[in-house]
Amino acid sequence: MTYKSGTDQLPIPPKDAKVQNVTCDFCIVGCGYKAISWPVDRQGGPKPDENAFGEDLTQQQGAESAAWYNPSMYNVVRQDGKLVHLIIRPDKECEVNAGLNSVRGGRMGETRYSDQTGTMTARLGQPMVWRYSQMMPTSWDDSLSLVADVTRRVIEEMGEDGVIVSAFDHGGAAGGYENTWGTGKLYFDALKIKNIRIHNRPAYNSEVHASRDMGVGELNNSYEDAELADTIFVVGANPLENQTNYFLAHWVPNLRGETLDKKKQMLASEPHAAAKVIIVDPRRTVSVNACETVAGKDNVLHLAINPGTDLVLLNALLTEVVNKGWQAKNFITQHTSGFDEAVKANRISVEDAAAVTGLRSEDIRKAAQWIAEPKAGGTPRRTMLAYEKGLIWGNDNYRSNAAMVNLALATWNVGREGTGCVRLGGHQEGYVRPSDAHVGRPAAYVDQLLISGQGGIHHNWATDHFKSTLNAEEFRRVYRRRTNLVKEAMDSVPYGDREAQLEQIVAAVKRGGLFSVNVDILPTQMGEAAHVWLPAATAGEMNLTSMNGERRLRLTERYMDPPGAALPDALIAARMANALEASFRRVGNETYANKFKGKFDWKTEEDAFMDGYNQHAEGGKFVTYERLRAMGTNGVQEPVVGFENGKLIGTKRLYADAKFKTDDGRAKFMKTEWRGLQVAGRDQQKEKYAFLINNGRNNLIWQNAFYDVHTPFVRERNPVAPIEMNPGDMEKLGLKAGDLVEVYNDVGSTQAMVYPTPSAKPGQAFMLFIAPTGQVGNVISKGTNEFMIPNYKNVWANIRRIGHVPSADAMSFKSIEYPKGL
Amino acid sequence: MKECPKLVELGRRQFLRGGAVAAAGAAAVSVVAPTPARAAVPAARVDYPANRLANIKDLKVNEPMQVNYPDIDSPGVLIKLGAPVDGGAGPDRDIVAYSTMCPHKGYPLSYNAADKTLNCPGHFSRFDCEKEGQQVWGHATQNLPMFRLTVDGAGDIHAVGVDELIYGRTRNVLNEDAVSLRRG
Ligand code: SF4
Ligand code: FES
Repeated sequence: MTYKSGTDQLPIPPKDAKVQNVTCDFCIVGCGYKAISWPVDRQGGPKPDENAFGEDLTQQQGAESAAWYNPSMYNVVRQDGKLVHLIIRPDKECEVNAGLNSVRGGRMGETRYSDQTGTMTARLGQPMVWRYSQMMPTSWDDSLSLVADVTRRVIEEMGEDGVIVSAFDHGGAAGGYENTWGTGKLYFDALKIKNIRIHNRPAYNSEVHASRDMGVGELNNSYEDAELADTIFVVGANPLENQTNYFLAHWVPNLRGETLDKKKQMLASEPHAAAKVIIVDPRRTVSVNACETVAGKDNVLHLAINPGTDLVLLNALLTEVVNKGWQAKNFITQHTSGFDEAVKANRISVEDAAAVTGLRSEDIRKAAQWIAEPKAGGTPRRTMLAYEKGLIWGNDNYRSNAAMVNLALATWNVGREGTGCVRLGGHQEGYVRPSDAHVGRPAAYVDQLLISGQGGIHHNWATDHFKSTLNAEEFRRVYRRRTNLVKEAMDSVPYGDREAQLEQIVAAVKRGGLFSVNVDILPTQMGEAAHVWLPAATAGEMNLTSMNGERRLRLTERYMDPPGAALPDALIAARMANALEASFRRVGNETYANKFKGKFDWKTEEDAFMDGYNQHAEGGKFVTYERLRAMGTNGVQEPVVGFENGKLIGTKRLYADAKFKTDDGRAKFMKTEWRGLQVAGRDQQKEKYAFLINNGRNNLIWQNAFYDVHTPFVRERNPVAPIEMNPGDMEKLGLKAGDLVEVYNDVGSTQAMVYPTPSAKPGQAFMLFIAPTGQVGNVISKGTNEFMIPNYKNVWANIRRIGHVPSADAMSFKSIEYPKGL
Repeated sequence: MKECPKLVELGRRQFLRGGAVAAAGAAAVSVVAPTPARAAVPAARVDYPANRLANIKDLKVNEPMQVNYPDIDSPGVLIKLGAPVDGGAGPDRDIVAYSTMCPHKGYPLSYNAADKTLNCPGHFSRFDCEKEGQQVWGHATQNLPMFRLTVDGAGDIHAVGVDELIYGRTRNVLNEDAVSLRRG
């Protein structure tokens, strides 16, 4: 039975309903939305003068109507304690999404906490602690003083390296400038924590160290550049599913030729055509399919590369561009360094590259042409180069990233209209923290520290390693064992006797135990092992600022109350810091106590914003909540450079002046020699096992499905996370659609549900990344690159049937591709 | 399911009336004089007209027929799939009807007979006609509204309800008159 909500009418917001700015909680695109709320016992009417939209709702609305909202966008929530109707619907006025919602963002309404409608009632609303052998609700004071006392005791015994931290560093919900600052000030200023990791990888590092080392920040263009480009060159990304409305609202119009007028107007002195697109991905994604649908096959080049060989392709493209003399000679001389050395070191012929990558030589040449051949009249081509996790979490991160930037610099495709060398991004960004220099490079491999028994306490902010790590089986096994030691120790003495509790906990830690504190909005898999849960508020339950993939800074206003006693992470961090100060003072350690003194007096998230972003971000001094609120859902692009006539002034694209972020202002080329599959053991794995277990996101699910597991509409399509398989492979293994299979190799095993995929290459399967019901991390070996970036992608395993997913029979297993010729 | 013949007849008349009015002027269809009752908290679900869409004899397997329900401004398709499905009506449990306004942004869906899906040229969403309109892939935050059908002894197919909110409406039945007719 397909899920239907049964809703056939919705309340209408009255004319005077409250309207607030919202940026989508979820992906990097940061689509603009409006939260519309009004008292629960009032209603607007269908006539234009009776409702907030000024629309005649007695009439059928046309396509792309700004006035339509649907059951997923609606809820009943509390606002300052009072019940209100709430609609969160996409904003047509926002330049980012022009009124589009994706299947993720469009469900913000129904993923709000509501006792009235019963949605997301799993949310954590009270601090909980381990006592009497289960998690029990308690007060903030009680839970935080326990956390502070245990943290203090661990520091006394082991120093600050005994405190292991996992924390978001991104924007959007569960992040944002307020919260990265709050946690950052606690761990990098008051404390100097070295053993810290990020939500999706086992260390505290950049996914794009290389780009930054070369002086090129990774988010350097504007979404408008995708409308102006002659060619879009994408490596290891699937923008239709992962940057949905960026793709739909900015790429598609250019591919369809709908932005020609704009191009002619803005860039009058050169010829223009509809864009061409090159997509480098071993897998044929729906992005490839959509590009072919809108641009025609002739304008789409899908390079279905051998997994892990992107670096070879990128080096060959550089070589070919230079062989043809298509490089930007003046730019290279005046604004870069290291070009000749890099070209020499990275040289590889198109034919040699074809042999390694499995591509046809003529396709590599064609790609070079589309990227760099000057346009008629000799004007340089405008190519936007974009990449994401296929490259970032593929083979040899640092060199591959550098090779991408080499190509962009050689062709001067950064800092000009219609260009850019950008990651496409996952979460939004929202990073402002005190210096992390003490963490060092390479940073500590935190998950391995935890596995090897190090650390005494783990502070975990909205991350779930059980889903989002590699070598996940071993990690879970050890983490459960270590935290269980502490649970048993805590159970041995009464909870009310704090000193006895501390004594037991510390003794257990010395025996290899680990005390675990989980700050989150919902119960998590790793949280089941924790001793303390602290309930966090999410975006909209607090004011929250973030920036998107074109550095567009916006404020999501607080439009509802958090559940129960939940608080913004920034304020939890502040309270934790104050509790630590009190704990150290209580035992007479004034020196330590003073590390926290006077630093965490924030009463609101706005205080944290002013202390953090306003004081420490580039251009932050111009920015306040009030000014951001006035900028609405369009916000301002960072860095902010001024405030004039009531408006914040931003920066449309970086490096327009060709001054890069290096000491001498010149961008650096890098040597990026090919060294095969960089992680030890993967070559052998490839020989030994039948299937590539590629993995990544799909359109329907946001992140690790923390909301989606509570949403029937999504759950129905993902009772168990899907694995895309070629039908021929299925036949050989005796598999049917919806069968439950085990994926297993020398590292571990996991499960997935077979989704027949005619476009999948034989021997190449694709799993959903960090899924709650079948973690691909179980079969990914622990190897990383030199900066602790995992290679999640190039993994091989065998597949065998273990059963059939019971609810699969209600599912459609038809192809996800838009049909040809419709 | 057995249908009250009187309701069916009323629904049929209503359907015809809607068509006739539309011919005279499309705008007139949905002009509603709101009654005072509308200001009250609405009922849990709206009342639907029972409209005759076609007779089984009119349908060819896997050839969609254009229909409108619950009124002329809400286009849909009626399809005899040729094999029984969940939610299918008629003696073979294979007759289904769906709204063809994409529940993402309202673009018109088109039928792909090869795999029995409705597809959106707007942003590539796909809905499975053999699975009650389940979104196979797409941006809609709901599955495709299905028109509930009944088939009487004479083979007349009537639409009697809708299981999701139709795109572009805050209320599936715009025309209040239809409701009062049915109540009558
Ligand atoms: S594309 Fe991303 S930001 Fe936009 S609505 Fe979807 S999830 Fe939200
Ligand atoms: S309108 Fe159908 S997918 Fe957007």
